[in-house]
Formats: sequence, structure tokens, C-alpha cells
Amino acid sequence: MNVLIYLVPLALLLGLTGLAAFLWSLKSGQYDDLDGAAVRILPDDDLPSS
Amino acid sequence: MAETLDLSMFVERRQPGASHMTLAVEGVACAGCIRKIENGLTKLPGVIDARLNFTQRRLAVDWRDAEIDAARIVAAIERIGYRAHPFAPERVEADDSAQAKRLLKCLAVAGFAAMNVMLLSISVWAGNVSDMTAETRDLFHWLSALIALPAAAYAGQPFFRSALRALRARQLNMDVPISLGVALALGLSVYETATHAVHAYFDSAIMLLFFLLCGRYLDLAMRRKTRQFAGNLASIKAEFAHRLDGSGELVRLPAAALRAGDRVLVRPGERVPADGAVISGTSAIDESLVTGETLHRAVSAGATIYAGSINISGALTLRVTAAGAGTLVDEVERLLERAIAAKSQTVRLADRAARLYAPVVHATAALTAIGWLVAGASPHDAIVIAIAVLIITCPCALALAIPAVQVVAAGALFRGGVILNGGDAIERLAEADTVVFDKTGTLTLPDPRLDEAADIEPGVRERAARLALSSRHPLATALARTACERSPYPGAVEEPGQGVRALVDGEEARLGSAAFCGVGDARLEATRAGDASFITFAHAGKIATFAVRQTLRLDAAAVVAALKERGLALMVLSGDRPDAVAPVAQALGIETWQAGLTPAEKIAVIARLKSQGRHVLMVGDGINDAPALAAARVSLSPITAAHVTQAHADAVFLGEHLAPVLRAVVVARQARALMRQNLALAAIYNALAVPLAIAGLVTPLIAAVAMSASSLLVTLNALRARLRPGVVA
Repeated sequence: MNVLIYLVPLALLLGLTGLAAFLWSLKSGQYDDLDGAAVRILPDDDLPSS
Repeated sequence: MAETLDLSMFVERRQPGASHMTLAVEGVACAGCIRKIENGLTKLPGVIDARLNFTQRRLAVDWRDAEIDAARIVAAIERIGYRAHPFAPERVEADDSAQAKRLLKCLAVAGFAAMNVMLLSISVWAGNVSDMTAETRDLFHWLSALIALPAAAYAGQPFFRSALRALRARQLNMDVPISLGVALALGLSVYETATHAVHAYFDSAIMLLFFLLCGRYLDLAMRRKTRQFAGNLASIKAEFAHRLDGSGELVRLPAAALRAGDRVLVRPGERVPADGAVISGTSAIDESLVTGETLHRAVSAGATIYAGSINISGALTLRVTAAGAGTLVDEVERLLERAIAAKSQTVRLADRAARLYAPVVHATAALTAIGWLVAGASPHDAIVIAIAVLIITCPCALALAIPAVQVVAAGALFRGGVILNGGDAIERLAEADTVVFDKTGTLTLPDPRLDEAADIEPGVRERAARLALSSRHPLATALARTACERSPYPGAVEEPGQGVRALVDGEEARLGSAAFCGVGDARLEATRAGDASFITFAHAGKIATFAVRQTLRLDAAAVVAALKERGLALMVLSGDRPDAVAPVAQALGIETWQAGLTPAEKIAVIARLKSQGRHVLMVGDGINDAPALAAARVSLSPITAAHVTQAHADAVFLGEHLAPVLRAVVVARQARALMRQNLALAAIYNALAVPLAIAGLVTPLIAAVAMSASSLLVTLNALRARLRPGVVA
């Protein structure tokens, strides 16, 4: 059972990373315009026009 | 006359020399629109940034003052092909989005903690039936405590705060038993862990918070969505006024920016932007939105006119006044205050359930402890079992039972064109057993329509309608609506207060008053009847007279019949003349009607109905209806209603149909049925789980399964409100 000594902290760390990532995405306004993100991907004006 | 646009009340100065404005944009439908608007604006010199929020249909623009101004930006968007309306964000909306962010953070923390505690708990449950040592179990319990305690302290705040507020006010709400349950579960678990016990309830406490936060967040998200939508509508509908400055310059500015003492020009066809006294000009005004009266009133210098009236014939200049003593608006405000003060706070279903629930649960827990003590258990065991009772009865299902239905029902109403101001309106709507309608603008369409006369040639009518496109007169607008060809005749000239003329097929065509068309009034007198107004068209020797009158909403009769069928008593209370109200009531089959009522008399009627024990749903749009709307148990108003009126309505409905009124009642009744079912489900859950808890048989595993299952059950049951109810189209 000694494996728990590093597996448990690792699991918690992973969880905390996910939580931190979510809080960061919330703070940076990624949930402010959910429908917009879906349609903004469509125009391809970043491609060189040929 | 030169006309400038003043939008300064919407502009926010963020840095010296740079400004910011939010606009509600109409007609944005696809990715192409976003790109067109954003690229089109950022290309303008001076624009720092333009970002369109597609979800909210709102555009945020930042610019440097030195190079461009707000009016030029609005004009630029119009050139690109979209209509943008400056938007003044309301405080409520800002509060809502701050609260939504806070809830989402709490939800994230609770979710993280619930997952990790569950991970540890499942290991313990598996270990308890296999070979886990007591030391490992204690370690896992301590780890759970390490995660759950700080997480609950953070994520539980919305509940703890609300519970404290309620307790301070010496009341009980749902959050009191929730907070108590969470605190006790955590406290007991820490104690059990410290005494090396087999069971701990960290997972139950944190999962409870997670489920409840989901419910709270969804509730708020729905409210925000409707508020945002209503905010956009308000800015699209926002009225503009023409202010005459000292130099005689005409400034176009939002009506909300007018101050007492300003001089305002109101042209024919425009709505009066503020209460005021006429300084110069004579005209007839349509006050149907103010008093419900459909006959026009003649006004001249010295007359007082109210915001919301429509100027019909001549240009008026007025001086804006604050509502003075003795005016109608003042009277309405006084009545409003009294009506709001008299409105007894109705106890919501959820709080009623909580009041019933909390004492029963706490008494049960106490009796359990006493019972076990009497039966000879140790004090420790008796208290542990009593707390288990509190945990298992922790009102997860009960607390979700009503909000879940409210969210789903509000969504269903929103899709049906009814925007709720508050969630508890649904319960009150469901209770309504008497519907009181205002006539003008509620049963009838807000603006007059052309009376389809059979004896006018289609060709003549089309020419008249096309000519009417060049006029802003309300009667002409009604006629113009029927035109097939949407382009006005070139070179049409409008003579204010008289009519409009243009060359059509080489001959002059005229549309306007009978005199303007060279026809004697005598000819008209024969046809004059009821509440219709007339407009005459003359072209190439042919003369046609069109009648324009208030017409019923298309589906009014069907909706009235359907409401009757559902057992509601109906009544019309109007400020209009009896001879205008009687035909409407008769056409709709409403037997009880009263006409010529003042706002105070409307309230008196509603108060009498109330004293007979009836629950009144008031539907009205005029300023004169506002006090009655506030006095009624629940109220609806069309989106065309006056501002004061909308502000006091529990819900606003969109469109030209009356069907949303029926839909509101039907959905609300269905929602109330579901709420009751959910409360019953929660009660059944408790009836099954509580005996187990009292018997001392509840393990953390049973608690977790029972709580999740009951929460899922009530949520799924709430989703049934999404099913389309059978409503007339």
C-alpha cells in the first residue's frame, strides 16, 4: 500500500490542475459568448486567398 | 433643419480620450455577419476594437474620441446593413452576471471536491468489505476531510448566507435545513474519523452541495437569458426625442436623457417622448396608450400631454415637465405606491414546504435520539443515528423540486414569447381563476388597422397604399402596411397635417383629409360610424375612402374561448367609452365588462374581486393600467405597453397574438402540477429513507445512492414541462 504515498497526491494534483484550468477559462471570459465561438470558427479569412 | 444625434448618455469613458459603448444589434444571424460588422468597424479610423457577442447579440466598441464619435459609429453599422441600438446596461444584469460567475466558481470547486472525495469513498466502501486496514481507512477519511472541509466552506457560501439572512429575519427557508444538514454531516464525519469509526459522510455533504449548486446555476442562467433578451428589446424599442436647443438646432437624443425644462419638437406620427406642456402648435393626439381612450384629443398651446401619446396631425413644441401634482401620471404613481404597499407578500410554495418540513425533520431527529436512549443505546450511538436522520432527510430533492420546474417552465414560456420577470410568477399564474383584460392595445392591436372594405378596387387600393408609404401619419401607416409594392412613389410630398401628394401615371394623386382631396365632408358624414377614422384618396377622378380602426388581435376570440373552456372567469375593464367597449366584449363573448374607468376605479374592481377570494390575472398595456397590474395577484402586459406598465407586470409577451396569455396560463398550471408531483416524490423518498435512518441502518453508501437517485428523479420529472402543451396557434 506504500504506492498510495505518491498516487494520492498525484490524483489530487491532477484534479486541482483541472479546477485551476476551469477557473482560468472562466476568468478569461471564455464562457461569455458560447454561441459566438461556435460560428466564429467558420469564416476562413486567415487562409491566403488564391 | 440640421439634426445631430446625441448618444452621450450611453458612452462610457474608460480612459482619457477613449470611449466605450455597448449596442444591441438587430439582424445578426451567422458567422458572416460577425465578420462584416467587426471588420467594417475596425477599418474605420479611430476605432480601437469592436467585438460582437453572438450569444447576446451585443456589440462592444472602443474608440478614440479625437477621431470618431458614437453617432458616426451607429451610422457606419447602418451602412454595413444592420441596425444598432445603443444600450444602457442595467444594474440588475451586471449583478446577475457577477452572481453567475460566483456560482460557477462554487460549482467548479464543489464538483472537483465531490469527484475526489467520491474516489476516496468508493475505495473505502470496497475496502470495508475486503482487506483494507483500519489505518488506510483513517488516512482516506482524513484526506476526504482535507478536501471536503475547505471546499464546503467555499462552495456552501450561497446557502449559508441565505440561511443566515432568513434566520436573522426570524424566518425559515429551504437553505436553513440545507446548511444545517451540511454542517452536521461534516462535523459528525470529522468526529467519527477522529474516533476511528468505519463510516464518514464527507461525500454526502459535498455531493449535496454540488447538486444544489447545479440547480441554482441553471435557475440563474435562465433568468439571465430572459433579462438579456428583455434588455435588447428595451433598447430596440427605446424612444428618441428631438430637442430644440437655444440656437434652434435640433438634437436627436434618447428620451431618457430629457430633463425638465427642455424644449422638444414632436412631429406628426411620432410618439410623445415625455410629459410636457404644449408651447406652440395645434394637433390631435391619440392617447390610447395613456388612458385607453380611442378618440383623438385636440390639443393646442397650454395643453398638458403625456409620454406615450401619439401625435397625429400637426407638429407640436412642448416643454418637458416633471410630473406635477394633480396630473394623471401623478395620480397613477400615487395609486401605484398604494397598490404595491397593499400587495401582501405571497408565500412561495418552496418556502411553505420548507416551513412545514424543517420542524418535522428536526423533531424526528430529536425523537430518534430520545428513542434510542430509552431503548438503552449509548449517548454516542443515539446522537450518531439522530444525525444520520438529518443527513438522509437533507432536502436535496426537496430543494431541487421547485427550481428545476421553474427553469424548465420559464424556458418553455420564453420560446412561446412570454418573458417572465421573476420565477415565482409561475406559481401565481397557475392560481389565477379570473382574467381581467384591458381593451385598447391588449384585446385590440396596439396600432389601428385598415378596415378591409369590399367596395374599393384593388388597383386603387394598391396605388393609395403605395402613396401612403411616403407619409408618417398613423392612418397612412395603417394603409401603407397593405401595399404590395414596397417602394414609395418618387417625388411624393407630404403636407403636414393635410396629406401627401405625388404624380402617379401623369396625374396628381392625393391622400389625406377629405378637404385635402377636394371632397366635401358631407359625403363622409354618411359613412362615419363607431370609432373608425377615415382617410381619403383621390386620383384621376376616382375617390376612395378608407376606414382605419382598432381591430381585435387575430386570435383574440379563440384565446378567449380557450380560457373560458379552462374554467377562467373573464372580464373587460377599459378606460375607453362604452360604445367602443361593448362591440369588442360582444364579439369575444365576454359578458362582464365596464367602460370609462379611471385607474382608481380599475383598482377598486380588482380589490372587490380579491375580497371575493378570486385570484386575478390582469392583462393590460396602458399607463392607466399600471396600478391595476400592480394590485392584481399576477399580471401580463404586451411588449408594446408603456414603460411604467411593463415594469409592474410579472411577465411581458411578444407579438401580435393573444395566444401567449393562454400559453402562460397553461404552462404555469402544468408547471404547478409538476411542482406538486416533485414535492410528493421528495416526500415518498423521505418516507422510505427515514425509517431506515431511524433504525440506524443508513451507511454512507445508502445515503449517497438515495440522495442522487431522488435528485435525478425530480429533475427528470421537471423536464416533462418541456413537452409542448396543446395551445391554440
